[in-house]
Amino acid sequence: MAEFGCEWNDAPHSMGTTIMAVQYDGGVILGADSRTTTGVYVANRASDKITELTENVYICRSGSAADSQLVSDYARYFLNQHTIQLGQNATVKTAANIVRQLSYGNKSFLECGLIVAGWDKYEKGSVYGIPLGGTILRLPFATGGSGSSYLYGFLDQAWKEGMSKQEAEELVVKAVSLAMARDGSSGGVVRTVIIDSEGVTRHFYPGDKLPLYYEEIAYRPGLEPMTA
Amino acid sequence: MKARKWTQFLTWSSDPSARGILVWLSSIGFEGNLEVIGRLGSSRMSGRDSKLLTPSPLCLVLPSIHTLTFLPERKLGDENRGRPGYPYVTGTSVLGIKYKDGVLIAADTAASYGSTVRYKSVERLKACGKHCLIGASGEISDFQQILQYVDKLILNDYMWDDGNNLSPKDIHNYLTRIMYNKRNNFDPLWNTLVLGGVKNGEKYLGVVTMIGVQYVDNHVASGFGNHLARPIFRDEWHENLTLEEGIQLLEKALTVLFYRDRSAINKVQVANITEAGINISEPYALKTNWDYNAFKNPTVGAEGSW
Repeated sequence: MAEFGCEWNDAPHSMGTTIMAVQYDGGVILGADSRTTTGVYVANRASDKITELTENVYICRSGSAADSQLVSDYARYFLNQHTIQLGQNATVKTAANIVRQLSYGNKSFLECGLIVAGWDKYEKGSVYGIPLGGTILRLPFATGGSGSSYLYGFLDQAWKEGMSKQEAEELVVKAVSLAMARDGSSGGVVRTVIIDSEGVTRHFYPGDKLPLYYEEIAYRPGLEPMTA
Repeated sequence: MKARKWTQFLTWSSDPSARGILVWLSSIGFEGNLEVIGRLGSSRMSGRDSKLLTPSPLCLVLPSIHTLTFLPERKLGDENRGRPGYPYVTGTSVLGIKYKDGVLIAADTAASYGSTVRYKSVERLKACGKHCLIGASGEISDFQQILQYVDKLILNDYMWDDGNNLSPKDIHNYLTRIMYNKRNNFDPLWNTLVLGGVKNGEKYLGVVTMIGVQYVDNHVASGFGNHLARPIFRDEWHENLTLEEGIQLLEKALTVLFYRDRSAINKVQVANITEAGINISEPYALKTNWDYNAFKNPTVGAEGSW
């Protein structure tokens, strides 16, 4: 029997999301949208889904907001200890495997798809996809979240090996904004994080400055459409 | 969220699937944790969700001697028992045959996420120790965990440094114990494993399933391969296959699987295990045939048919 009441009062915070990470020659680029929903309500239209685990490894979070936040908090805590004990930066592989252990070991409770990416001096840039269930796969590029369904065809055609930093970032922004155009659970702004040997750079692409696609129109000030 | 203890239980509810589960459970005197996954409207409910358990005007509540405890809190580690779970990222069939000089095992390199073929370069055949190779279908994360268990086993065996290594049969038995034990705790590793190896001239080929069934044979398969490949093997396998004949036989079966299994892709690996060692091929594609007149004009004489 359906109960009357607002779904958005009770539904868990979910990051419908589109997340992505691409390895280029010299580092990695992570990208994500910024929409967090509670049912159909957009609880946060400018969330930051790319979270720091260590200064050289970041994680893209999708799925349940609570679950992905907890996993990344625990991972950050363990990696902090690990860095102190190791005496140098943790490798991306280590960070990804810690996240995998949390994800796999609690698989029946968690609902989060994660992408761990970063730069270390051994493997240079690396991207690890950790989907639901806790499988770990090192990949040249990874996508996740509900919006990623719309990107399989696009990336099959548009991704190439050996992209430069600029090409990779353009690909990420284009892909995430295409997914945002069709996926109701993705939207807002596009955030990218570039990690290379020098460090971390964040970019911000506001929602009204993204390219327009099929059947989308530009904003024009004034009342011209009404008065023409 | 608090635990709810029900001394009465619902034999009727507005959700037919939940009703069926509850009635069956009461009939076998089930006491313990329960996760009911049903559908109410268009959302998925778990036992943690109170809506499914709240009596509604349509429910009849009967007194009962059974007590069902619904514990919505999350538990960790060993308390995870009782939750069979379900697979997310899965591999499809694995095939295995013995031939004259050893064992051949083959699988494609796809991992699906439901109906989506999500990853196309996943190695589902892994060497374990010097004499043994394991191929897995089912949940990839569980396969990765199994590889860690076997790795520890092999490492410990190596550290004995006693001139002996574990045979494929030993590893087969070890895996069976793990799978069966976890199945008994309702916490299975969601895989069917094909295990092959050669030690001291003896060829070994066996299977372990997620419920702990274990057997050996001259030719085996998992998943769809059971239905499509094994009939081919039954007809065409014999004791003295050469390496080329063995590979051709496997490729024939793999081609049929590519045509008829929606989770299969045309990118396969074949592993050859002999006394000399283990060799896993690089991924390669199979020849497929689509050039038939009946395919070009399938609806001639019957427009609208397929």
